[in-house]
Amino acid sequence: MATTADQIRERIELVSLDRAREEFAAGAKLIDVREQNEWDESHIEGAEHVPQGELLERIDELAPDRSERLLLHCRTDNRSVAMASELEGLGYENVAAVEGGIVAWEAAGLPTRSDSGLTKEQRMRYSRHTLLAEVGVEGQLKMLNARVLLLGAGGLGAPSALYLAAAGIGTIGIVDDDVVDASNLQRQVIHNTERIGISKATSARMTIEGLNPDVDVIEHNLRLDASNILELISDYDVIVDGADNFPTRYLLNDAAVRLRKPVVSASILGFDGQISTFVPYDGPCYRCLYPVPPPPELAPSCGANGVLGVMAGVMGLLQANEVIKLVAGIGEPLIGRLLLYESLGTRFTELKVKRDPQCPICGDDAPQISAEDMGRFPDYELFCGAPAREASPSAV
Amino acid sequence: MPTVKIPPVLRPRTGGQSEVSTPGETVGAVLEALAEAHPDTREQLFSSAGELNRYVNVYLNDEDVRVLAGLETSVAGSDTVVILPAMAGGSQRAVAG
Repeated sequence: MATTADQIRERIELVSLDRAREEFAAGAKLIDVREQNEWDESHIEGAEHVPQGELLERIDELAPDRSERLLLHCRTDNRSVAMASELEGLGYENVAAVEGGIVAWEAAGLPTRSDSGLTKEQRMRYSRHTLLAEVGVEGQLKMLNARVLLLGAGGLGAPSALYLAAAGIGTIGIVDDDVVDASNLQRQVIHNTERIGISKATSARMTIEGLNPDVDVIEHNLRLDASNILELISDYDVIVDGADNFPTRYLLNDAAVRLRKPVVSASILGFDGQISTFVPYDGPCYRCLYPVPPPPELAPSCGANGVLGVMAGVMGLLQANEVIKLVAGIGEPLIGRLLLYESLGTRFTELKVKRDPQCPICGDDAPQISAEDMGRFPDYELFCGAPAREASPSAV
Repeated sequence: MPTVKIPPVLRPRTGGQSEVSTPGETVGAVLEALAEAHPDTREQLFSSAGELNRYVNVYLNDEDVRVLAGLETSVAGSDTVVILPAMAGGSQRAVAG
């Protein structure tokens, strides 16, 4: 008559977690009989890994002495009990299974290691990313290690910050010295009604902290200017530009080219948006595309002109999509391409943008910038023809 | 006739139209015809010397005319000319300078 699993179970020694830890610490051999993918996800440091199907052929090599103390464990304890029984059949005299397996081990808060580099919580949280061959664990780790700076937690910054945080971008810096206003809430979805009157950077941090504890949010409650921009952007891998005025856009471009930082740049007005990705010297810069800013009458602000909230969301998410690609090193970023979106017609138009050999910033004859001049920038207000505050009186 | 795509900021000057068909065999001629039909667009497109303003980007289909032959670039009837000024609307009211 065949031996049932219950009969085997009665015969095999099951040791408690505490007992197993003591014996393991004292030198007993701990053998994890689970499959490779289970081991990769999480295992007990110092355990031997021999998948169930290979145990019988490898045990001689692993434990030549049949009186050696062996502790087997699996996910719970079914496979370990079955294999302990098999080993006894081979003459091993001192075999036990660990009760509850690694599930109980983790439930007791005991430490495990992961070869993937992701914690158990992260493997769950990012499983829909890691399932994608193009992203995988490697791409997710890149995101967790990435530092992304958002210029503004407004119409563009709010949606992109939400999705970048959800995606697990490990450090998100937010530059915004503004406070949440009721007129922002039609599109700036990272804020909410209770936050009216508080700092946008703080409000964004609060939302992100509730969404994903993996993200470290750095608040920069300041206005970007020539005196602080280099120090600010030097700490980040990618900059997301959603500034509402030309002086800031040119300042950011010139500083980003100097420090060779990629900038994902979008702008919105009414029902229309534009986006491109500027990677210094790999493609054009903002000045290659727009050598000079338009006069103020051709550059109204969203505060004066209005903007469709959903369209801001579309463009902000296109920016987040660019950031993810740059960080994970996948796909084709919008380098050398300007994408226009017309939300009323639901039309996308792609235009080519080439590096301008005459560009004063990244062109062939652009002056080399000495170390002491690194932090000096032209007067952008003058260059852009009007003080930015006048050109755009309110947050867009 | 070539189609000219009008950016949002210029639409008040084209009676709200986002696309206008204008005759012409070069980019310059098409834009000149646009300025004839909608005179308010002229000062935005051309400098007083009659050159294309530097802050206005013009594309023939998806190619910047600056890398083609500029205003002399030939245009076929099926082509689209895109007028594109920079836009700055975005997230915040940060001030540079």
